[in-house]
Amino acid sequence: MAVHVQDYLRMHKMPHIWCPGCGTGIALGAVVRAIHNVGYSRDEVIVITGIGCSARTNAIIDFNTFQTTHGRALSFATGFKLTRPEMKVVVITGDGDGAGIGGNHLIHTCRRNIDITTILINNSIYGMTGGQYSPLTPQGSYATTAPYGTVEPSFDICKLAEGAGATYVGRATAYHVTLLEQLVTKALKHEGFSLVEAITQCPIGYGRRNKMKSPTEMLKWQKEHAVNVKAAAGMSPEQLEGKFLIGEFVNKTAPEYTKLYQKLIEDAQSKGAK
Amino acid sequence: MKRQVKLLQGNEACAMAAVAAGVRFFAGYPITPATEIAEILAQELPKVGGTFIQMEDEIASMAAVIGASIGGVKGLTATSGPGFTLKQENLGYAAMVQVPCVIVNVQRGGPSTGMPTLPAQMDVMQARWGTHGDHPIIVLCPSTVYEYYMLTIKAVNFSEMLRMPVIILSDAVVGHLREKVVLPDISEIEIVERKKVTVPPEEFLPFKPDADDVPPFVSYGKGYRYHMTSNNYDEGGYPATNNHQVADKLLRRLHNKIEKRRGEIVMTEEIMMDDAEVAIFAYGCTARSAYSAVETARAQGLKVGLIKALTLWPFPREVVEKYGDKVQAVIVPEMNMGQLVGEVERALKDKKAGVRPLNRFDGKMITPEQIVSAVKEVK
Ligand SMILES: Cc1ncc(C[n+]2csc(CCOP(=O)(O)OP(=O)(O)O)c2C)c(N)n1
Ligand code: SF4
Repeated sequence: MAVHVQDYLRMHKMPHIWCPGCGTGIALGAVVRAIHNVGYSRDEVIVITGIGCSARTNAIIDFNTFQTTHGRALSFATGFKLTRPEMKVVVITGDGDGAGIGGNHLIHTCRRNIDITTILINNSIYGMTGGQYSPLTPQGSYATTAPYGTVEPSFDICKLAEGAGATYVGRATAYHVTLLEQLVTKALKHEGFSLVEAITQCPIGYGRRNKMKSPTEMLKWQKEHAVNVKAAAGMSPEQLEGKFLIGEFVNKTAPEYTKLYQKLIEDAQSKGAK
Repeated sequence: MKRQVKLLQGNEACAMAAVAAGVRFFAGYPITPATEIAEILAQELPKVGGTFIQMEDEIASMAAVIGASIGGVKGLTATSGPGFTLKQENLGYAAMVQVPCVIVNVQRGGPSTGMPTLPAQMDVMQARWGTHGDHPIIVLCPSTVYEYYMLTIKAVNFSEMLRMPVIILSDAVVGHLREKVVLPDISEIEIVERKKVTVPPEEFLPFKPDADDVPPFVSYGKGYRYHMTSNNYDEGGYPATNNHQVADKLLRRLHNKIEKRRGEIVMTEEIMMDDAEVAIFAYGCTARSAYSAVETARAQGLKVGLIKALTLWPFPREVVEKYGDKVQAVIVPEMNMGQLVGEVERALKDKKAGVRPLNRFDGKMITPEQIVSAVKEVK
């Protein structure tokens, strides 16, 4: 049966703060439906965020929630998960929050393979502060701090997560919201560190400076430039030029951190340290 | 009841006290002269079912400790100058969001990387004002290994009782010193737990304080779903970023938590102050030299006493004020260019006693002889 996302919202906290046409709410809807799909109760889920438009997601959803400092949500979440391994820990972050200021924490959390599900909402820009370029802003794009176009290349956060040791990695867009919900559902069920990148539209901070005035144009851009990783396998480099991949990139098993640490405690209590 | 007689290093005493006080989570990053605390806790915490984690930096360590504390466990971290600077961001978070945690800063010479293995008292103001915004803070400062042990327990207790970060400001001397200590039996040590929520979930407001201005605590996942934010927030825990009344009330409450328990938090020792004509105000390793200086000066017939501060913040102004018209001068030896002396001056601004700073910042301790000379200069 279809779920009413409203059932999971703190309706007394409405209206939310997002601009009309913003993609953040689409991503949040997918996350809420995914949690519903997996069947977790509201009490066993905790959603932790940092700072930014993406971080404002958890104030309006009826789970256990707290917002932290800019970029540090994964480190707070690591401390929390280690003391409360029974809880389902979800982190929602932004491209600036997760890949910029929090980039170091992200790679180390991937490496530890701690059971945290991270949704990185990539709107290609620092939205909350008004449209400055982020590490995921495509090279050449315009931003308030890149009035002549960014000279910096952006990076592929999914490849970075894979290289750093994340055991579940995928990407979808606000347009491909069904895929997004599927990936987050699988990420939640996955034991270990999972990262799902959600490419969303920020019409205010990004679109209007980059020849995409309306949210519809931005969603159309997502539709036309995304190629599913399965379809991409049969395509030539020329065909893939200017496109980006969506779908499931990594899904593997490896020992999970809190489980390993529990074992360490048992050993320390029975055998003692070296 | 068995008292334990031990030969302990300062940092070792701190780590042992943390475990005794109920700390079950440590996150840190290596730095001299604080690393022993991490090393010992890496060994000891798992034995009592606790968790140790070495994070990628001090920012993450501070965040992890707060995350663990939000999870309902007592958390502590330890560092020195450069790392203490990195902890400031999330230290402010803990003050704002009212999360108990303890930060040990074993001070070394600065600025910057400075003198990693040599002592200093240069972080007194950073401990007070290092993180932005007008936040409350408690800072405790041991001068002996025994005090390091007892103040670590106090720090954990204060932080749990008041739901706020507490800093222990030791230094390379007290951290690395080995002394004989007689520790009380664990059963004699008072251990404080955070106040628990007594209302059912439907009546619960996470930041509705009791009369002592401290809100009771319940961790997540126990049927009380709520939100916390580092933005200015209301009693319900939700952002109220542009609400002036809410901001005013919140900030007053955060500070009142300390003011209402000032008598308990401000700890000093007044040594030979009854007939003193000159007072020495000292703390940390410098209080050791000051004590020795008082003994020497007394043997020479000079009426000198020592005010030793164990609590640096909130500043024990009431104790200093008391002697303002009784003594001729207060000498303030510090291993910095003059930090806490400003507070002594503030406390004595309408009093007769003069204030004499005595500073050293070359990585060497201020000697008792230097202090005795300063006493003689007053006379
Ligand atoms: C330490 C720190 N630096 C800077 C800021 C200001 N700041 C607030 S939100 C933000 C950008 C967030 O961007 P992103 O993570 O991409 O999220 P978005 O708002 O686009 O969803 C910045 C830089 C801050 N809050 N803290
Ligand atoms: S600035 Fe961009 S990301 Fe933020 S709410 Fe507006 S549209 Fe959404």
